[in-house]
Parts: sequence; structure tokens; C-alpha cells
Amino acid sequence: MAGPPFQQLVHRILLLLLLLLFVFFVFVFVFLMVTVLPLLLQTSMGHEIALEEERTRLLRVVILASIALVAFASRLFSVIRYESVIHEFDPWFNYRTTRYLVEHDLHQFWNWFDETSWYPLGRIVGGTLYPGLMITAAAIWNSLRTLGLPVDIRNICVFMAPLFSGLCAVASYLVAKELKDSRAGLLAALFIGVAPGYISRSVAGSYDYEGIAIFQMMLTFYFWLKAVKTGSAFFGGIAAITYFYMVSTWGGYVFPINLIPLHVFVLLLMGRFSNRVYVAYSTFYAIGTLYSMQIPFVGFQPTRTSEHMAALGIFGLIQIVAFVQLVRSHLASQQFRRLLLVSVGVAFVASFAALVFLTMRGYIAPWTGRFYSLWDTGYAKKHIPIIASVSEHQPTPWTSIFFDLQLLTFLFPAGIYFCFRSLKDEHVFIVLFAAAATYFAGVMIRLVLTLTPVVCVAAAIAVSNVLDVYLKTPPATERAETAPARTVHADRPSATAAEGESKRPRTASLAAQQRDPSAEKGYIRGDFSKLGTIAVFAYMLVQFVWHCTWVTGSAYSSPSIILSSYTPDGQQHIIDDFREAYFWLQENTAPDAKILSWWDYGYQIAGMANRTVIVDNNTWNNTHIATVGLALASPEPLAYDVMRKLDVDYVLVIHGSVLGYSGDDINKFLWMIRIAQGVYPHLVQESDFYSARGQYRVDDEASKAMKESLMFKLNYYRVHELYGNGEAWDRVRQSAIASKNIKLSTVDEVYTSENWIVRIYKLKKPDNLGRTLQDAAAFEENRRRKRKVMKKY
Amino acid sequence: MAAGNTKSSQPLLVQLLRDYRATTDRRVQLIDAYMVFLMLTGILQFAHIFLAGSYPYNAFLSGFSSTVGAFVFAAALRVQTNPRNTPSTKSISPERAFADFIFCNLLLFLAVANFLG
Repeated sequence: MAGPPFQQLVHRILLLLLLLLFVFFVFVFVFLMVTVLPLLLQTSMGHEIALEEERTRLLRVVILASIALVAFASRLFSVIRYESVIHEFDPWFNYRTTRYLVEHDLHQFWNWFDETSWYPLGRIVGGTLYPGLMITAAAIWNSLRTLGLPVDIRNICVFMAPLFSGLCAVASYLVAKELKDSRAGLLAALFIGVAPGYISRSVAGSYDYEGIAIFQMMLTFYFWLKAVKTGSAFFGGIAAITYFYMVSTWGGYVFPINLIPLHVFVLLLMGRFSNRVYVAYSTFYAIGTLYSMQIPFVGFQPTRTSEHMAALGIFGLIQIVAFVQLVRSHLASQQFRRLLLVSVGVAFVASFAALVFLTMRGYIAPWTGRFYSLWDTGYAKKHIPIIASVSEHQPTPWTSIFFDLQLLTFLFPAGIYFCFRSLKDEHVFIVLFAAAATYFAGVMIRLVLTLTPVVCVAAAIAVSNVLDVYLKTPPATERAETAPARTVHADRPSATAAEGESKRPRTASLAAQQRDPSAEKGYIRGDFSKLGTIAVFAYMLVQFVWHCTWVTGSAYSSPSIILSSYTPDGQQHIIDDFREAYFWLQENTAPDAKILSWWDYGYQIAGMANRTVIVDNNTWNNTHIATVGLALASPEPLAYDVMRKLDVDYVLVIHGSVLGYSGDDINKFLWMIRIAQGVYPHLVQESDFYSARGQYRVDDEASKAMKESLMFKLNYYRVHELYGNGEAWDRVRQSAIASKNIKLSTVDEVYTSENWIVRIYKLKKPDNLGRTLQDAAAFEENRRRKRKVMKKY
Repeated sequence: MAAGNTKSSQPLLVQLLRDYRATTDRRVQLIDAYMVFLMLTGILQFAHIFLAGSYPYNAFLSGFSSTVGAFVFAAALRVQTNPRNTPSTKSISPERAFADFIFCNLLLFLAVANFLG
């Protein structure tokens, strides 16, 4: 809050302290990961090389820690520009549950039945959420308290996403290091640290699942790659545990649990199935699946839904393949081939038949609508309007991808190319990851989030390959660890040597050059070409960082519950209508008052005003939402009946026409109508709400249904008074408003916020003479007029 | 087709067993016995749901996945310690493999105990 300067100062200092603490944590984590672990695992090494290694390792730790710090710091725009506050919609729910968790204990949290949401149905919160985020926040809160640092839980929640973004940079470093080397790793960490595609979901205050789930996903992938490379059951188990952590956090865990089996399957098809892959996947699946079922919200899904069947199928398949290989080792190849063909064929047909049979019998749920909409982008619009109505579920426009990834978009294919060049098992994984994530990112805007990590890793590989060649100096140090990129032959002699090698016996001089280590490892002699390339790349990278900072600052750091505008002289003007109105609700309504609003605002009302809501952002009951849509879309008498049945006390609408705030309810109204129409087609018809010429209008040409709908009335009631009773103007839709004739008979206006964004109405009690409220209002109106007339005479 | 198959697969099986006895390490055979035991336990549990239904599904799942998990870990141990296929998994010593085996079992049975309800 904007308190006295002293308080602000304390606030800033606390913030700084938190920041320092973060650096400390990152250092410890990085130190453990990068320095101690490999040292423990490493065998003895030459003394001088060890010293050299030590020095570069220290440098690496410092660089990585600063990258993590940058990743953290660049997400703080919103805190500095506004304040340390929870953003948007879903984070409010997460914040509310976290508060519940720290005020009660874990046991009560699991059994929490929330009767204040989805009134009158209620919601079993403990069994219908992914608890990882809240538990992590509560754990940090508790451990800080044990250390004697009583930090407000709100601040923990606000800084959670930046903190985990810093850790995500470290995880990406590890992944890229597995694919190429630590140089690529550092670049990957840098890219993911500042890439807007990830920042968009992880700025300070955006306390949501994705912010930490990407870190968990990258960590899972790292341990998976490690398991595949070493063939160690230990890493398989660790990968399963990190996977479990991800399952506990985000519904997007379906992505890794399909991607990893796909990797195994493709390796199998490529004839690269080995004992390493067998050990890695078997342990990963056996432990990971059982652990994932420990989350109540996931429950038995891994055995019952189609999304998980691929993983199970591959698990079964590799058991068979491994068994067949065992048998092969005991048989002659002639007999073996027949056995193999018969057994694999039978197994495949049998398991597929079993899957189809079980699906038909209903033991295994078919793919859910949300997944169909990933294959058929028009599916959601036709069948599940509630999914299509969310803006982040729309297909991604090209500009948005460029906006989020900029330079990386172009480096990405190059990185994939380099992966193809040195196509080891782990590169196959990245190629598959890239293909899958690219597809999904094209389907839904929000899935650009899963694309970003692989883009960063691939781009890092590309840049690192270029730098390897162009930064290498002729007296190359003989290191054990060298770039896998073979060569970029700039100097002719060595190029001809490479070509000539296969064709004819080489001459002595060429052979000498062939043996020359510098020619083998590939570097550029000409200083000019070196300088030129490096300069171009440096320029592009600087541009990229510039772009990222600009995007983060301008587009992704708005809390959306606080708006701001700039006055002509450059002063920032804060528009705080939402919190103002929610605070009003908290102070002026009965504690058990029920508020009806569109579902978008359910979490915010519950979190900020602490009042009961009818529907909220957990859109689990379509009918209930459609009923609310019906109430808002129908004329007053019907709406009043519906709201009485829902036991509503107040109605809240978001109104943007005065300020030009485009995310308001009138713009969402068409979706409300569509959703209501899905359930009550006899009461609501979308076409009724368009004007005679088929347009969606709010001025005098608007259709009758539109003008009579509760939503329209509640929004534009009394707006013309702002314009001196002249013609009211809608700044969002840029049109006049038919606001003059709006009369309300079933609700009373009780509150309108400073800039008219939030308007709250109270439902009238039924008339005590048994008239309809319209009649009563008309009667009152008549009497008033008569009285006026009487007074005149 | 079936008749022809059984005729030719009879000597195949015998040949397989003979080769197995002759070439497999004693310790690996021990692991194999353990795996056969686990497989029988799994089949028994699976037969049980056909007879008595799967009502405490979590109990069945934890029981069944504990056998499957233990089977798979044993298979991993077998793969890693079998002297016949050391070249492909040189990085892992038999001692390390056994430690991994214990680690994975610990992880697994932690969840099994929790899930048993």
C-alpha cells in the first residue's frame, strides 16, 4: 500500500533483503549442483588440468548465479511500478488457498470443503487442485520463519515465480549441458532467463502453477536425459520424483508423460533400444506413475484415461522387447526371427484390442474435450464454448510468437539442425520435444510456454556452435572436453583435405594438415571474418536482450487488478477500481452475502472481498455457469427469478465504457450468451442479441433482447448522467449508448467505483404485497409523478 | 498354423532352457527366480480382481504396482550385473547397480505404503 515514506522505505529494504536471500539460495543450489556433485562423482584427474578446471568452474558458477539473478530481477517490474500484489485471476485462488494452508495444517487443507464458492454446491478444494505450488510456498514460509525471518505469506507468493525462474535457468543450463557442453548451457540459461515467452507467466505476483512447473519440467527432462545416458536406475528414480513434483503442481504434466514414452518409442523404431533405455524408462514409469497417483486430484487417472495410456503401452512394449532380446541371446538368429515376429505381432494386436475393449466398456475414459481441442482447433468453439471463451486458448498468431521469442525463433531451427548432426539419444529427445511443443504452441497461445524452454535450449546450441568455431584461437588448448560440432572449414586446404580423404590416397602435406589438431577441431584463421561474425552475433544478442526487457516492462508486468495510465506530462495515474470495490464489499455487506458475477471475477471476489460467489474460475460445472449466463442475458423479470433461486444478494458487473477498459463484461457478453444458450436454448438465442443488420451494438440500433438484458441495463444504468444527461459515449466500442431509458425495478444500485469500472447492485426483496417488482416500481413511479403534479398545483 | 507352430516350438523351448542353464551366471539365475516369483504374485493379484472385483482399487493398484515395480527393478539389476552384457553398461558397477536397486525399491515402497490406504 502507498503508505508514508518511512513505511515505503522499510518495504523496499525488506524487498532488498529478500533479494539478497535469493542470491544466497541460488549460490548454494548452484554450488551444490555444479561443483560438489561432479567432484564427488569424478575420479582422479591430472593436477594441472584440475586447477584449470577449477578456475573455469568457478567462473561458470559466478556466471550462472548472475544469470539466475538477472532472471529474478527482470521479473520485478510489476513490483517496482505498482506494488507487491497478487495478479490477475487464478493467482488469487492460489493465494487464498496458500493462506488457508499456513493458517491451518496440511490435514485440514486436504479435507477442505469450501462452501463459499460455487454456491450452493460448494467445492471440495483439497481434492480438486494441484497442491504443489501452495505446499512449496508454505514450506518456504515455514522454513524462513524457523530461521527467524517472519516474511508475510503474500510476499512469498509474489516472489515465488521469479525465484523459480531463476532456478529454471539453472535447470536449463543442466539440460543444455547434457546435450552439448557447459558453454551451451550458460547460453540456454541466459535465454530462458529473459525470454518473454516464459516471463509472461512468471512475473512477480503471477502466483500460478506454470511459473514453477516449467522449472520442474526442465528438471525432470534433465534427470531423464541423465538416466538415458548413464542407464542408471538411480537417475530414473530421481526423474520420477521430480516428475511427481511436477504432477503435484500442474495439469500440464500430461506433456512429459507423453513425450518421454514417445522418446523411448522413437529410439525403439530407430533401432537404438538399449539396456540403458530399458532401465531408465522402466524405473521412471514404475515409480513415477505410482507417485503421481498419490495426488488426490490425479487419483486413478493414470490407469483410467487415454492420456496416460501411451506411457503404459510403451512400458509394456519395452518389457516385451527386453524379454525378446533376452531370448535372442540364447537362440540362433534364424529361429529367433520367427519367434520375434510372432510374439511382437501378437502382443501388439492383443494390447491394442484390450485398449479398445476397455475404452468401449468404459473402464478407460476416452480423450477429454480439452485434448480434442488440441487436435481439432475448431472443436472447442463448437462443443465447449467455455474453453473457447478463454482468450489464452485461441490459436497463436505469428506475431505473438515473434513477440515472445524474437531472435530465438530463427536460431531455433539452426539448433535443431545441430541436434540432427550429432544425433545421440538425448538429441532425439530434444528434436521430439521441439516438434511436439511447436505444434502445441501453434494451437494455443498459452502453450507457447512449453515451447519456450526447448527453443532456448536449441538456440543456445546453435549460438554455442557458432561461437565455438569463431572464438577459438589457433593455439588451442588440448582439452578433453571439445565441441561435438565437427568443423566449419573456412581455409581451403583443410577443406580439400576433408573431401579428398575419401576419394584418393592423400598426399603427405595434406595428411599433415589432416593430423594438425587445429584443422581437425575447426577454427577460423582470418581475424576479419571472425570479428565480423562475432560482431553480428553480439549485436543480435544485445538486440534480443533489449527486446526482452522492453516486452517485459511494457506488456507483461501489469497486475491487471491495478491499471495505470499516463497523464500528458508523464505522471503515472493509478486506477485502482477493482480493489476499491472489493474492499467496499468486504466492509459493507453481510459476511454471508452471495455475489453474482461472471466467473472471471469469482476468485478475486473470494480472495479480496472474502464473500461467497456463485461461480468462479475453476470452471468445473458448465450448467451452473450457464445459469449465471442466463441470469445476465435475460430480461429483468426472468433474471430476478433465476437470481432468487440462486439466493443471490448482490450482482457485480465490470463496466469499461467510461474509461475505455476493453476487458469488460459487455465484451465478454457474447460468450456468456453462447454458454447460456448451450444449456438453455429455449430461453437464450445468440441471434436475438444482434441488431437488425447482424451487428453487435449498444446504441439505439441494438436489438430488443440486448437492451432488455440485465447485463446491458446494469452496465449502462445512469451512464448518461456523466455526460450531463446528453448522449452517453462508449469508449470501448466507440459508439453512442442507448442508456437514457434504462430503468431498474428488481435491483438497486449500491456502489459504483471511482472510474465506473466496477458496479455493484443489490437485489430487492420480493414485494410485500405480492406484486411483481415491475408492477411495484411502476406504481411507485406513478405515485411520484402524481405527487409532483399535485405539488405543482 | 497352430499345429505347425507347436511342433517346431517344442525343441525351441528345450534348446532355450538348455542354453540358459549352461550360460547364465548363478547370481543372475537367483534374480530370475525372484522375478518369476514376482510375476506369479502379479498374476495372482490380477486373477483376484476377476474373481472378487477391484473394489479397494487403491489397494489393488499399490499391491500390483509394487510387484511390477519390484519386477522391473530386478530386471534392471539383472541387466546391469549380468556379466554377459557388461559392455553396454560399463559405467555402472555391480555394487552401484545394487545400490540403485535398493534406492528405487525404497522410493517405490514409500508410495506403496502411502497408497495402500
